[in-house]
Amino acid sequence: MPTRPAGTLYRGKLGMWSWVLHRITGVGIYFFLLVHILDTALVRVSPEAYNSVMATYKTTIIGLAEIGLVGAILFHAFNGIRVTLIDFWSKGSKYQNQMFWVVLAIWVVLMAAWVPRQLMHTFGA
Amino acid sequence: MAVIIEQPNAPRSRKGAQWEKRAWIFMRVSGIILVGMIIGHLMVNLVLPERGVKSIDFAFVAGKWASPFWQVYDGILLWLALIHGTNGMRTLVNDYTEREWLRKALNITLWVVAGALLLLGTLVITTFDPCIDPNVHEYLPELVCKG
Repeated sequence: MPTRPAGTLYRGKLGMWSWVLHRITGVGIYFFLLVHILDTALVRVSPEAYNSVMATYKTTIIGLAEIGLVGAILFHAFNGIRVTLIDFWSKGSKYQNQMFWVVLAIWVVLMAAWVPRQLMHTFGA
Repeated sequence: MAVIIEQPNAPRSRKGAQWEKRAWIFMRVSGIILVGMIIGHLMVNLVLPERGVKSIDFAFVAGKWASPFWQVYDGILLWLALIHGTNGMRTLVNDYTEREWLRKALNITLWVVAGALLLLGTLVITTFDPCIDPNVHEYLPELVCKG
C-alpha cells in the first residue's frame, strides 16, 4: 500500500512534545517490564539462576541505564496524571502548559534527590 | 494531492465503542494506581535498601515474599502494569501501522505475550518456594521446610 503524502496533524509546542515523550517513555518502560518479569521469574528456578541475572543489574553500565529507566518512569507517571487532569478537570486543558512545567519540576526534584544516591551505589562498593 | 483523513466522526460499532471507552478509562484508573504503587516499588527495592539494587538477591526476594502483603502487592503490580503497558502498545500499533494484516498480527502478538507473562508471573509469585535454597535458614530462621 503506498504511503499517503505528507500532511500533518501535529501541532508542535509543549503539548505535542509532552505527548511524544509520553509515548517514547511508555515504549521503553514496556520493554523493560517484559525483561523484568522474566528475570524475576528465575527465583522459581534456583537461587543461583536469579542471583546471576541480578549480578548483571549490579554492573556499572546497567546502574547508569537505571537512571534513564527511573527518569522515564517518573516522567511517564507525572505526565500521565497531567493527561488525566486534562481529561477530567474542567480547567485541565486551560492549564495544560503550566501543568507540564509542574511535571518537569517534580521530575527534577525527585531525580536530584535520587541520582546522587544511585551514582554512589553504582560507583561505590 | 490532498490528505484524506478517514471520517473521524463515523460511528463505531456499539461494541467497539464500549471496548474503547473501557480501555480509555482503564488507562487512567490503572495509571493513577500505578503511580503510587511503582513509586512504592522503587522505594522498597531501589532507594531504601542499604546498597540500592546491589542489595537484591534471592534472599531479599524470599524475605519479601514471606509476607502475603508483598505477594499481593507484586501480583497487583504485575497485572496492572502489564495490561496498562500492553494496551498502550496497542494504541501505538493502531496509530502507526498502515497494513491491516500487520496491525492485527502485532496486536495479537501483544496480547499473547501479555497473557503468557501474566500466567508466568502469577505462577512464580503463588508457587514460590524459598526452600529451594539450601541456605535458606541463614536468613529465614523461622521457616519450616518439608523433607
